[in-house]
Amino acid sequence: MSSLLEPLLVTVLLLNMFVLGATRLRAVIGASAAQGVCLGVLTVTAHGEITFEVVAIAIAAVAIKAVVIPRLLYKAMRDAAIARDVAPLVGVIPSLVIGALGTVFAVVFAGTLPFAGAHAGTLVLPSSLATVLTGCVVLTTRRKAITQVVGYLILENGIFILGLSLLDAMPFLVEVGVLLDLVVGIFVMAIIIHHVSREFSASTDAAELAELKE
Amino acid sequence: MLLALVLLPIAMGALAFAAPSPRLRTYLVVTGAALHAALAVFVACSPPPPMFDRWLVLEPLGRLIVPLLSVQFLLCALYVPAYLAARPERQRQNRVFCACLLALGGTMSLVAVSHHLGLMWVGIEASALVSAPLIYFYRTPRSLEATWKYLLIGSVGVAFALYGSFFLASSALHGGQVSSLLFEDLVRAAPHLSKPWLHAAFVILLIGYGTKIGLAPMHTWKPDVYGEAPAVVGAVLAGGLSTCALTALMRFLQICTAAGDGQLARSLLVVFGLLSMGVAAAFMIGQRDYKRMLAYSSVEHMGIIVFGLGIGGLATYGALLHILGNSFGKGVLFMTAGNLHRGYGSKLAADVSGAIHRFPASAGLFLAGFFAITGSPPFGLFLSELAIARGAFASGSYLGAALFLALLATVFIGMGAVVISVVQGPRGAEGPREREQRLTLVPPALCLAVVLLLGVYVPPWLDSALREAAAVVEMRP
Amino acid sequence: MLGVTLAVTAGAVLDGIAKAAAILIVPPLLLGVIARIKARFAGRVGPPLLQPYHDLRKLLAKGSVVSRTTTWVFLAGPAVSLVAVLLAAAVVPIGDGRALWSFEGDFILLAYLLGLARYATMAAALDTGSSFEGMGAAREATFACIAEPAFVLGLLALARATGSLSLSTFLGPAITHVWAEESASLVLVAAGLLLVLLAENSRIPVDDPATHLELTMVHEVMVLDHGGPVLGVVLYGAAVKLFVFAALLVRIAIPIAAPAHLAWPAFLGGLVAVAAGIGVIESTLARLRLPYVPALLLSACLCCALALVLLAR
Repeated sequence: MSSLLEPLLVTVLLLNMFVLGATRLRAVIGASAAQGVCLGVLTVTAHGEITFEVVAIAIAAVAIKAVVIPRLLYKAMRDAAIARDVAPLVGVIPSLVIGALGTVFAVVFAGTLPFAGAHAGTLVLPSSLATVLTGCVVLTTRRKAITQVVGYLILENGIFILGLSLLDAMPFLVEVGVLLDLVVGIFVMAIIIHHVSREFSASTDAAELAELKE
Repeated sequence: MLLALVLLPIAMGALAFAAPSPRLRTYLVVTGAALHAALAVFVACSPPPPMFDRWLVLEPLGRLIVPLLSVQFLLCALYVPAYLAARPERQRQNRVFCACLLALGGTMSLVAVSHHLGLMWVGIEASALVSAPLIYFYRTPRSLEATWKYLLIGSVGVAFALYGSFFLASSALHGGQVSSLLFEDLVRAAPHLSKPWLHAAFVILLIGYGTKIGLAPMHTWKPDVYGEAPAVVGAVLAGGLSTCALTALMRFLQICTAAGDGQLARSLLVVFGLLSMGVAAAFMIGQRDYKRMLAYSSVEHMGIIVFGLGIGGLATYGALLHILGNSFGKGVLFMTAGNLHRGYGSKLAADVSGAIHRFPASAGLFLAGFFAITGSPPFGLFLSELAIARGAFASGSYLGAALFLALLATVFIGMGAVVISVVQGPRGAEGPREREQRLTLVPPALCLAVVLLLGVYVPPWLDSALREAAAVVEMRP
Repeated sequence: MLGVTLAVTAGAVLDGIAKAAAILIVPPLLLGVIARIKARFAGRVGPPLLQPYHDLRKLLAKGSVVSRTTTWVFLAGPAVSLVAVLLAAAVVPIGDGRALWSFEGDFILLAYLLGLARYATMAAALDTGSSFEGMGAAREATFACIAEPAFVLGLLALARATGSLSLSTFLGPAITHVWAEESASLVLVAAGLLLVLLAENSRIPVDDPATHLELTMVHEVMVLDHGGPVLGVVLYGAAVKLFVFAALLVRIAIPIAAPAHLAWPAFLGGLVAVAAGIGVIESTLARLRLPYVPALLLSACLCCALALVLLAR
């Protein structure tokens, strides 16, 4: 079971790169949903014994990250009638390079932090840091509001991965906290996007939300 | 008892949501705030025992912060009925407004009394979510943009705060301790916490909670939000929510000090504090919108407080006193700015001038508030800034102290230019002297009175409370 | 004693002959497999599997027309390219896991031989003085800038994983234990090399080999002016290049070396599988817009770089 850990984490890293390189909204939302599924499977494989709580959290993670939130985002996409993101602020190739550099930095930095316990020497901490950095890059360089929300989602995925290493020590509270944060945050953001698309005549281009300056 | 402190405003908020008449809702807001303040003062005078296995504890820092939050909230709540009555088109839609405002009071108290760092984080997250509808009260495109920025940047900040909490728990785990997010456990295990994890945790937590406090460079949401939100919301956010986030940050400072890593934490705080003051000074000069100017003033004061916490010693006392003064000072400024905004219909300093002739009371209070907030004697903020400066000189960081004083002067000049032109200036075209509603003047006047009192005479009970809280923050036995 | 030495030498000679025969004979079969799979996807029966051999024979019998603006470079290009690619195939381990010619650092020679082949093709293209060929050469150079680092990084990752510097040793049985421990990194390297294969051999999604619109071509337009036997040489060289890349992929995915009677069928079967896979990819994906090809190749680069970082931990 634990032999699935590394391939799953590498898949998460690859999905990060995919989100940075993709421009179509459907692909980006689909990639974050796939990450959610990976995390759900990770929750189960990262632990020695399979208890009820672990399974419950895994199911909740998959349900929220791979089903509920993507549906919400697809609906927002339909409401605003957009399919493709405009070119990001820094371009696709620079985003990919920044993401790659961030991943390398994450691997190097994670090497300096002593990691005891069951997951020592695995990719848990580097992939967590890399995913958080990817989420930040997507958040700051993308123009459409929905893509920024996906960036937030990826940020939360990164936090979830780190929470996995703490599950044995502090069960339940950790992951429930992350999922709660995610659900409520995304819900409110979706509502705001709905208002934004109504208000700014269906553009949801966050570049239009630039009137307030200085 | 502590739980009642949190649940009472939330329950009143639910009640206000269900109330049929708009005026009844505003009265419920005032009643809820008054009950909450009474409870807070009672709890501060006779502290109740910890609840839920030390998840909710009231210790000296909490004893200072909880009544501060409640009283400031009460004064803002007193402003609400007259404020909403003057906006009849919004009267009917104040259901969400009143409910969220009361709920915000409850969540702020939760942050101040919770000693489980996860629960404290839940409080901050809940405060952020509950305050979002308040910003969108005017339903304009600009306020929508401000709400979006608030939610996005705030959520990222809160997410980083959670990440940092995980790092903190990991530092216990990988230091060979029991991993826990309970404050007492972490303090007890502090010397054995894994140092690299602790450093990383503090940096991430500073970024996360710093976003909620409004430290530069994570402050970019403040000008938009404080500029577009209703005045009373600005007062509560600047006075109350920022204080809550500061309390959260102080807990982490305590843990770092207990772990022996206080120096790194303090250096970071000094740097961020001076940076915030610098950014505020830069953007204050030439500011055309007086409500955005208040936002930059808030950034500056958060910088001052964080700088004081970073210096330590006497400056910690100064920083805590400054928190008090800042909360009430911001109350005055925001509420009077709201009066002026409503009176003139514009937030630009170009459109508002000579206000002293048309709205003498509000303009007068605004001017007095400006002097108060920039640290002129005899107001309380002068004493706190003096204490911080003395602490800085005493600890030997002459460059920091010099920068501190220079930036204070710059902000005074920049803010003064705007305020003086708004208040004095050539008289605006239209309008005789207007009669102002007493209810819109009494709350800011009371806030100003508190700030004045702090400067003239610090009561012994307050002084001892401040000293105890400072000792707790410094982790002096 | 002499008998044993003779047997060993005979075995080695036979082995060498078998490998040389494989390098010379198998490549056009791969092209036939790809064409067959694509036809099947399109609902047609498709050409026979040995069609490329017939095409080569036909081309060798034809006359050729050479433009007056060209010089000796025009004819030398395909020749140099073919020789370089055949030498590259000699360096790659095939069959039972050892190359015809292996030594420490031979993977660098491989990269440079492929680069030499590319350069010869580009020089011949530029020699014609036609703008179409020049455009193709420019595109080829641009894509090569990103594809070559990806290729080298992938091989470096494998070298790091097994701690050896020869293709025959780091693509042989040494890789089985890497699969057991760090399978994710090998998957990454394989993915990166697959993308490089698609780019270098002008397959969809990088380049459509069946297009007749010159403005959309990358590789085909470089050889637009070649005809007759020279075109046959070009075609055969392309097939051997595909063979080289496919052999590398097969060696990563199927690290069996041991008994010759298992290794050879496994290797050939693997080659056919890779060709079939390419056929499937070509039939199911659409060609990528030209500005996005660098992003795709950068992803290949990043995959290999990530694998290197993971293996270097």
